[in-house]
Amino acid sequence: MPDFAIRAHGMSKSFGNVHAVVDFNLNVPRSRIYGFLGPNGSGKSTAIRMLCGLLKPSSGEINVLGLNIPAEAEALRRKVGYMTQRFSMYEDLTVMENLRFMADVFTLPRKLQKSRIGESVSRYELTRLVNQRAGTLSGGQRQRLALAAATLHQPELLFLDEPTSAVDPENRRAFWETLFDLVDEGTTILVSTHYMDEAERCHALAILDHGRLAAEGSPAELSRDINAQVAVVEAPQLRQAGKVLEAQPWVHSTAQIGNTLRVLFDKATPQGNLLIRRTLDEKGIRANEVILARASLEDVFVAATHSSKSDR
Amino acid sequence: MKSLQRIFAIVVKELRQLRRDRVTLGMIAGFPIIQLLLFGYAINMDPRNLHAAVADLSATAASRQFVMDVAHSQVVKITQQASSSEELELLLREGKISVGILIPPDYERRLQQPERAAVQLLIDGSDTVIQGAAAQIAGKSRAAPYNDQPPEVEIRTYFNPERRSPVNTVPGLIGIILTMTMILFTAVAIVRERERGNLELLITTPVRTSELMLAKILPYIGIGLIQVSLVLTVGHLLFHVPLRGSLLDAYTVCLVFIIANLSLGLMISTIARSQFQAMQLTFFILLPSILLSGFMFPFAGMPRTAQIIAEVLPMTHFMRLIRGVVLRGADLSDLASELAILGVFIVVAMTFAVLRFAKRLD
Repeated sequence: MPDFAIRAHGMSKSFGNVHAVVDFNLNVPRSRIYGFLGPNGSGKSTAIRMLCGLLKPSSGEINVLGLNIPAEAEALRRKVGYMTQRFSMYEDLTVMENLRFMADVFTLPRKLQKSRIGESVSRYELTRLVNQRAGTLSGGQRQRLALAAATLHQPELLFLDEPTSAVDPENRRAFWETLFDLVDEGTTILVSTHYMDEAERCHALAILDHGRLAAEGSPAELSRDINAQVAVVEAPQLRQAGKVLEAQPWVHSTAQIGNTLRVLFDKATPQGNLLIRRTLDEKGIRANEVILARASLEDVFVAATHSSKSDR
Repeated sequence: MKSLQRIFAIVVKELRQLRRDRVTLGMIAGFPIIQLLLFGYAINMDPRNLHAAVADLSATAASRQFVMDVAHSQVVKITQQASSSEELELLLREGKISVGILIPPDYERRLQQPERAAVQLLIDGSDTVIQGAAAQIAGKSRAAPYNDQPPEVEIRTYFNPERRSPVNTVPGLIGIILTMTMILFTAVAIVRERERGNLELLITTPVRTSELMLAKILPYIGIGLIQVSLVLTVGHLLFHVPLRGSLLDAYTVCLVFIIANLSLGLMISTIARSQFQAMQLTFFILLPSILLSGFMFPFAGMPRTAQIIAEVLPMTHFMRLIRGVVLRGADLSDLASELAILGVFIVVAMTFAVLRFAKRLD
């Protein structure tokens, strides 16, 4: 048994002149939630589709659950569950009909089907909805049905492509609790997201930017090892302060968060808070407070994509 | 002015979208050209070269003269020789000829007796246009030397002597209905799943391509057979369309034709990118199926090119089969080659569909 559920080396995918995924290396340990964090178009879905054999990589080697992909993609189908970005259950079938269909497609024996569907329906709170058509379900209900269907055959590995994009925060929270239950039972989960709060929940993360791996590690490691410093500025003219700081070569980016300005700047800058204050003073902006802060995942993401841009 | 600007914006957007939809773009030019070619060139209401067989039991100079005159008229093309009226009837039933010319042993004597028919024409009445055309033969021969009158020709119309239209149309209509519904059902089958996003999920499951294809056509076989039963029953009850062959043969022919159309639909489904494109491609097959198969216009009257095109349409073979079984009482052994062609069609279309459908998104 390999220690990793997924190993990929030099995985790339191009569509004509568009390089969707470029030279991607990946090691996903078993029984963990591994996240792909990146904006739309960063290559998250393409990477997931290559890992489950739906897209043929332009180059690179992929091994998923000990199988070479795409050559052994058919054998992989029984071992993985896949929740697509777009709701892909049959909208004109009821919840129960959809679940039975998936159970049949995975050739679960009748007796097992009954018990598994029963467990899933209660676990994913679908009991009241079994006779309702999938097309009439709310975002959260659809997501629960999709997850129930993807896990009916108890896959070793679960691919979730932006599973919570159409779900409210409360349902999202409950959804993640379910994911940790699954991990506890031994399932490995690869999830893509562009939500920072979701990414924070993952055991490990890969930050993707323009198809490239910009950074990798656990959220704590990524925050610790960020290649930048973070300062929080409180000043009267925040929009103007932002423009002044953005013009400095040592500043990566600024972002207004309510009444404060969050500034990301070079790690090598000594006494950065004093430098920020001085820079603003020179332009006649008097900062009330400039304090150094701990990097959030969003800071990590911005810093990582900033440095990957500089590398390009 | 603002309204004009908005209208213009929508017009430009429509044209841009159209330019990017290659199938629709092809149809815009393709449909008028095909219609024009079909109606102007291929369809001929006054058919020529109907296949005919001669049983010249007289074998005299006068009878040979009659046969030559008839052949020169170009209404018929003599493709076979027969030795008896029974053989002519068999050839008619098998669909190998449309017209049988029977010249009795006492032809010359009959010529001298204008009140007696000198020649008998056996005509396949399962196509009313052929009936009309073949009847022209009667006046095509030169006058006999004995009485300045052309030989008296007796016409025997087989299979639909009353020339009732429903008798000819109803069996063919089964073909048209099945072509339209069966192809369309499966043509949209895969595309619809792709459009609705179901396919991405389905192809990550252990479902095999061949299983998916087979499962997509199986339910429609039953639906097709129900349609066949409806048309046959209503045709029989309301229009008194006879069933001269066996019911089992009729259903066997329909079953094979249904599967051929469903396979063709699946093939389309693996080519089309949207349901709209699938419908357009279905129509692309339906139109020549109606016009070239022999359903509306006689096959024999079409130029060679049109006949070759018609031969690759399942409908053409079905028309020969169903008219053979229902109207002429032929049994399947008489029509085995037509059935085999439909079989080949199924194998080719299904293989194409299975090979073309990859369980991948690229």
